[in-house]
Amino acid sequence: METERPLQLDDAVELNPTHHFRWEEPQRSHVLLYPEGIVKLNETAAAIIEAATGAASLGAAVTALAARYERADLEPKIIAFLEDARAKGWIRVKS
Amino acid sequence: MPKDGSGLSLDGLGLPLWLVVELTYKCPLKCPWCSNPVDFERYGNELSTEEWKSVLRQGREMGALQLGFTGGEPMLRRDLEELVAEADRLGYYTNLITSGVGLNQDRLRALKAAGLKQVQLSVQAPERELSQALVGIDVFDHKIDIARAIKAEGLPMVLNVPVSRYNIERTREFLDLAEEIGVEYVEFANLQYYNWALLNRAELLPTKEQIERSEAIVQEARRRLGKKMTIYFVVPDYYDNRPKACMNGWGAIHLTIAPDGTALPCQEARLIKTLNFPSVREHDLAWIWRDSPAFQKFRGDSWMKEPCRSCDEKEKDFGGCRCQAFLLTGDAANTDPVCAKSPDRQIIDGLLGCAKGERSAGVDKLVMRDISKRLSAVEPGV
Repeated sequence: METERPLQLDDAVELNPTHHFRWEEPQRSHVLLYPEGIVKLNETAAAIIEAATGAASLGAAVTALAARYERADLEPKIIAFLEDARAKGWIRVKS
Repeated sequence: MPKDGSGLSLDGLGLPLWLVVELTYKCPLKCPWCSNPVDFERYGNELSTEEWKSVLRQGREMGALQLGFTGGEPMLRRDLEELVAEADRLGYYTNLITSGVGLNQDRLRALKAAGLKQVQLSVQAPERELSQALVGIDVFDHKIDIARAIKAEGLPMVLNVPVSRYNIERTREFLDLAEEIGVEYVEFANLQYYNWALLNRAELLPTKEQIERSEAIVQEARRRLGKKMTIYFVVPDYYDNRPKACMNGWGAIHLTIAPDGTALPCQEARLIKTLNFPSVREHDLAWIWRDSPAFQKFRGDSWMKEPCRSCDEKEKDFGGCRCQAFLLTGDAANTDPVCAKSPDRQIIDGLLGCAKGERSAGVDKLVMRDISKRLSAVEPGV
């Protein structure tokens, strides 16, 4: 089994093309829709997915999130969450 | 699907997140484990295109997100492309659950253009001869061609294997086939015993040893294939000592509409003959979901009897499956007899003791799903 290298700050990530991510008003939350599955994301998780898939690099996403939440110590938590999201197949590194 | 005990727990805020539309009960295959009613030919009065569109609109207004087009064989409906397009426009994530029969390159492209997101293709055997014996017609080569075509179109695909003692020894061959085609998702769905599968249970039920061997092969393949292939292995609930969290709870997130417009909390529920299920032809979907007596019947936990009522796991599994309780104990409000705490667990243990394993694996004793069989509904306690 191939092991993937850890995510790095100069990586750019995108949503897995089979996944759809959007705000769903009746659920009052962001949802991820994928083959035969639904995940409801809490506000923080959604903010990270949104920032990471919208930024030119993970470094830029971390900076943006740090500014938004006025916290300087978020990087390890953000990267850990994104590693988990990648392991679940929600996102992938742009090639 | 949540029915299969995927461990999914989802608080849908009381909304029907998951809509399954059974467009028709018609199907050219004769699978002896079909989940359709054994008296399916009584419900031939299918909804029209406009009636289905109304169902889709109402479902979306109520917050439904995932949509499964199934049957019978949904490809037999000539309006499938039109319904997929409408569903996509409404904002559903659309899944097609098919045997592959009726699907060809042109329709596949049309479905993709209409917005189809995913195909679940059933494969019952890894080779032609066993396939024909199990489904009653010669479709194996076509299925494999369709699997390759789906892959070529770039649509995500789940290869769904309905597992019984007839094909459980072929796990490795299924995986080799899936790897060769390049399938990303394979689901080994051990049969759940309702309707036709219940009728044929004595012939279909694998032994514990067979399941363990199959699961070990799956584990080895997971290690070897890593991210290339995701393999789901759904254990038959009879071999568990706790019931599945069926449908994530009755009337919690799941809504099925049968071909004739009957609304059901799951695809099997119309077998509970003591309940009267409402029709979308007579009521709007919002009333059916929120207020109809059938959908309220087993919602929450106030309906529970002992041992469920005082059980500290009742919020985890909701007492299991109401259909199974009805079929095996005669009362849909009883604890699912799969549970080791159920006073009826000996029913399940008795059945497991009779599992045939590899012995006498000829298919001649199977009752194939066939309109000519003219079966009446399976009675409780069969």
